[in-house]
Amino acid sequence: KYLFSINSALGDQAYVWNENEMFLFRATLAFAMRTYSDGQEYDVANVVVCDETPRVSFWFVVTSPLDASLLVDKRRVEEAVRKSRSRINSAFLLTDDTLEFIGIPPTLEAPVAPDTPPWLIAFGVVMGGVGAGIVVLLVSSVKRDGEEETGGKTENEAASDAIYNMSFSDDEPVTQM
Amino acid sequence: LITLEITERPKWDNKVQYMLTCIGFAVGLGNVWRFPYLCQIYGGGAFLIPYGIAFVFEGLPLLHMELAIGQRLRMGSVGVWNSISPYLGGLGVASMLVSFLVGLFYNMLLAWILWYFFHSFQSPLPWRDCPLNLNRTGYVSECEKSSPVNYFWYRETLNITPNIETSGPVQWWLVLCLASAWGLVYICFIRGIETIGKAIYVTATFPYLVLTIFLVRSLTLAGATDGLIYLFTPNWETLKNPNVWLDAATQIFFSLSLAFGGLIAFSSYNVQKNNCERDALIVGCVNSFTSIYASIPIFAILGFKANENYNNCQNWNILRLTNSFNIGDENITVENYDVWFNYLNATDPSEVKSLDLKTCNLQTFLDQSVSGTGLAFIVFTEAVINMPGAQVWAVLFFVMLFSLGLSSMFGNLEGVLTPLLDLHIIPSWIPKEIFTGLMCLSSFTVGLLFTLGSGNYWLEIFNSYVGSMPLLIIAFFEIISVVYIYGIDRFNDDIEWMTGRRPNIYWQATWRFISPLMLLVVFVAYVVIEAEKRPTYNTWNPDYVHFPLADVQHYPEWVYVICVLLSVLPVVSIPLVALYKFMGFLNKYIMKRHNPNPYGNELCHGEF
Repeated sequence: KYLFSINSALGDQAYVWNENEMFLFRATLAFAMRTYSDGQEYDVANVVVCDETPRVSFWFVVTSPLDASLLVDKRRVEEAVRKSRSRINSAFLLTDDTLEFIGIPPTLEAPVAPDTPPWLIAFGVVMGGVGAGIVVLLVSSVKRDGEEETGGKTENEAASDAIYNMSFSDDEPVTQM
Repeated sequence: LITLEITERPKWDNKVQYMLTCIGFAVGLGNVWRFPYLCQIYGGGAFLIPYGIAFVFEGLPLLHMELAIGQRLRMGSVGVWNSISPYLGGLGVASMLVSFLVGLFYNMLLAWILWYFFHSFQSPLPWRDCPLNLNRTGYVSECEKSSPVNYFWYRETLNITPNIETSGPVQWWLVLCLASAWGLVYICFIRGIETIGKAIYVTATFPYLVLTIFLVRSLTLAGATDGLIYLFTPNWETLKNPNVWLDAATQIFFSLSLAFGGLIAFSSYNVQKNNCERDALIVGCVNSFTSIYASIPIFAILGFKANENYNNCQNWNILRLTNSFNIGDENITVENYDVWFNYLNATDPSEVKSLDLKTCNLQTFLDQSVSGTGLAFIVFTEAVINMPGAQVWAVLFFVMLFSLGLSSMFGNLEGVLTPLLDLHIIPSWIPKEIFTGLMCLSSFTVGLLFTLGSGNYWLEIFNSYVGSMPLLIIAFFEIISVVYIYGIDRFNDDIEWMTGRRPNIYWQATWRFISPLMLLVVFVAYVVIEAEKRPTYNTWNPDYVHFPLADVQHYPEWVYVICVLLSVLPVVSIPLVALYKFMGFLNKYIMKRHNPNPYGNELCHGEF
């Protein structure tokens, strides 16, 4: 059984379902049977449709091209439909959601899996930046300490090593003689 | 006589850095994902009343006191309380321990935010679709039963175990994220306030930029007004519930990050002549304003999401009816659904009943309230999927959360670093950069606990037990110490000297009586309410009968013991240090009595 949801899929660009559209459907189904089934020459006449409703849903069966009274096995029809879902969908500008086939779940496409997960790339970028930043900061602080050691030890020497008795504090740390 | 060493204490480059750092510390993840939740469950606009009262009578006075005492005594938390009285040294140690423990789990939150941030650079977003099962006929059952966003959070991010006893292995991807979170924290924290002061310009201001962008965007979404009306419509009945007052008091308290020692540390790097009263008012008001400001886009987006869910629910019903009764496509719409439903129910009630139509109610969708990680990683991510340009919004959101959390981490770490530096525990030959690196490394190592399969359960424990009761106790002792041991008159004099104005009657009343009383009441109420019920926790158990509902479990005994330890250990240092000092004092007293020394100079050997 097939269910068409044309209006909800296409909105303004919806086409009206009529005899010609039904003909297209039968033709695509015949195409699917030809390509993916046993290779016999299925024709539009072999696809029999019944119980059509305004919902645009209907039942169909496929007869063998060799003998019109012989019905093709349901499983083979299902298999052919499953393999050509995307072609059938695109013929009607619809998708798996809007063109339902009761009883055949679509073979879901596996999402494209890239070789490196993209999150690892983002992680690598961030960590690279962090690592570089840490190295830069450490190097700059080592350089700064190096300059301090060789340079101005004389003035601050007394200040940093000694302990001052604040009760005698003057403006200058060193008593003037 | 006071002996001082003339090594320069680090200081802020300018006043703006100091203000931004305090604001950044106070404004954190809780402003975004806890306050809106409280507003929602406690009757919308009505919650602002208990919140405001708690702010005025508890939050502001404590904030002002911490900033003033740090600025006056120019030391971190341990040094400050030691100066007031050697018996109070334990208070500083308690603050330090709490800051350390909170820093451990807080950075795990940042690690999770980073994980989501890294994953936001994909199209489609990975939490939009369920992954396929092995034979590609359908989706993974755990995901189908719950939802793609839930699956992504619980399975692909946390790989969570069914209960806390099952530890599961260490999840290597979370270790990587935790390492990068600590790396980012380290690079800002590497030289203490020197580097923090530069980083804060970005991390404290960026969230406001993003919130404004979200505000504008969210107000244009469909269903935003539903969410906002729902948020702000006051339900005055909730004010009769004592839990509301308790939650308001605790919320304002934790929101301002009081009792961590971080604020004391920050203000200790100020010049002494600085108007700390105005600073306190600014920080407090900005913090509360941010909470309210953040709720608006959050609730607009929640309203949008509820609207989407409601529409999906209705469309699902419509599709079921359409397919079952073979009605023309799009004949049943949302508007005439009721007409059609009644008609079909009248003609063929058994068929309609067999369809299992859902009852779609917008209110139910709006009522789904979540806070914390659930809000950010489940609800918000689901909303973002439906917004055009989802990747941009996801990236912006997670960067905003990261900056909010990062600036709060600075306060946590300074609450540990400054006391250690002031106590001169660190040998002077270790450069500050190495020491901060060691701090980050050791926190990272202990924090690996949260990367286990059961990590989320442990984080909840830390959050509830460390980040709550110990802080209340510490704050209570803080205010008692300042007012009654240091002396409120001496404190008033200090503030007059620093700011040029004596604190007015509001500060006097709150410091002396109202705030300590409120803290005591809140603390007692908290203990009573928590001790009543045996603690339970929500687990994610795919084998649970009613999955995806949470399987509520009790904590096992050994875990409960750890919970109690976490609450008690930080504060036990308060009496322990007092006892230790007292023993020392007794010892000397006894020695003096036995050996009277004519020069009486053994007391001059400073031992502090």
